Amino acid sequence: MDLGPHAAFIVTAYAVAVVIVTALIIWVMVDHRRQQRILAELEAKGLTRRSDRAGEATT
Amino acid sequence: MNALAALMIRDMRLAVRLGGGALIGILFFLIVVTLVPFAIGPDLALLKRIGPAILWIGALLASLLALDRLIAADHEDGSLDLILTARVPLELTVAAKAIAHWLTTGLPLVVAAPLLGLLLNLDPKASGAVALTLLAGTPALTFIGLIGAALTVALRRGGLLLAVLVLPLTIPVLIFGVAASNAAIVGPLPFGTPFMILCALTLMTLVIGPFAAAVALRHGLE
Amino acid sequence: MALIDLANPSRFLALAGRILPWLTAATLLAFAFGLSQAVIAPDDYQQGATAKIMFIHVPAAWLGMFIWALMSVAALGTLVWRHPLADVAAKTAAPIGAAFTLQCLITGSLWGRPMWGTYWVWDGRLTSVLVLFLMYLGVIALWRTIEEPSRAARAAAVLTLVGAINLPIIKFSVDWWSTLHQPASVLRLGGPTIHPSILLPLIAMAIAFLLLFVTLHLAAMRNEIMRRRVRTLLMMQADAAAGR
Repeated sequence: MDLGPHAAFIVTAYAVAVVIVTALIIWVMVDHRRQQRILAELEAKGLTRRSDRAGEATT
Repeated sequence: MNALAALMIRDMRLAVRLGGGALIGILFFLIVVTLVPFAIGPDLALLKRIGPAILWIGALLASLLALDRLIAADHEDGSLDLILTARVPLELTVAAKAIAHWLTTGLPLVVAAPLLGLLLNLDPKASGAVALTLLAGTPALTFIGLIGAALTVALRRGGLLLAVLVLPLTIPVLIFGVAASNAAIVGPLPFGTPFMILCALTLMTLVIGPFAAAVALRHGLE
Repeated sequence: MALIDLANPSRFLALAGRILPWLTAATLLAFAFGLSQAVIAPDDYQQGATAKIMFIHVPAAWLGMFIWALMSVAALGTLVWRHPLADVAAKTAAPIGAAFTLQCLITGSLWGRPMWGTYWVWDGRLTSVLVLFLMYLGVIALWRTIEEPSRAARAAAVLTLVGAINLPIIKFSVDWWSTLHQPASVLRLGGPTIHPSILLPLIAMAIAFLLLFVTLHLAAMRNEIMRRRVRTLLMMQADAAAGR
């Protein structure tokens, strides 16, 4: 694919777009894992939301 | 309406008494206008050409700095709570405060502008034009600032954030203020066109500002 | 399941979890198609292959503006109807909108250098987009500075709506200003009217980017709901420790 005399600019522009999109995806994925981990830790400690505790007496 | 008048008089007294708002604003204006030639060089012809722009930016920054005295000061000493529970509609109250604020901090800038124009080698016609556009435009700056002040009222170090929020919103006022000034000086546009638009912008902010600020205050302080 | 059920965060989480894999697949397919069309698109007679930058520049611009409009609708949801998910939608949309606006600015700058000889020029469109970017950053700063989520939501909602009113005004002012100060040469950013062989890749990429936004937004909303649950649980923990 011949991109002509300004190929560097075209490639850089696409690369920048890839970087930005990848950064967004990484942000969402890392944040997801982090929240999941924290919620699991809290649940292990016995902290759950009232609606998640089915049939338990409130302490 | 008696309550509003009382509030305005109280605000104006406070602004003048604490030696704050009014005089410090002019002083900052003077300092900014003085700094620019140090950065640009003493070329009088150049200063004359960009003089209106320097005056407008100086006035804009000076207005910005005074904004924390608009609402945050009342929030700190508890008077804001009294204001919120008053029978007078909050929109009118904040509008009254903004008017008082403009009279004590915006209007002095308008008066100072022609004098500072001398420092920038502006001739009387140019200085007059700039002062007139500032007269029409500084209320808009105050009322836009009112929105920012209401949004950041409860933040401890909200000063810089306030500037970041307010400045993009003031860009149209700046554009038309400087354009009107330049139109009066060099043409070819007639002064009236951008000046009318500037006045329109101010009138719009006189309405939008109090409403947005009231919403921000009601919801932001719950 | 009725639409109203989406207002319930738990149901929303469940729905999001089910839809996201499909959305991701759809996004990947859309990009595969769009990029393949972009590659085979013919060179522009004036700009050569450089016109291909349009396929990542224009969709970014469209999304940057569309997302602010979406945030404005969410802002109304917060202030007027007090919809529980409106806050979450608004908060998570802002960084994505800022990112796309940044992409628009940078790719536009890289397009401008070979075509018009300069990385930046203060013309109406570029300047308006720059101001839009600044306003995105302002909203994000406001979200991060106010600690309590629902207070932050209401403040951000007001700012978003004021911004929505102001954006057309800024656009008009800046266009007017740039026509005053434009040098003699006319810069034609739009180029000639678009030929179908270039229009198709453009639309395809626009759809791909739109699907990308929807996927990212949904995933980010899910994260934000989880984050708020963490906050609630930690506060419960603090309350229990304090003996309340």
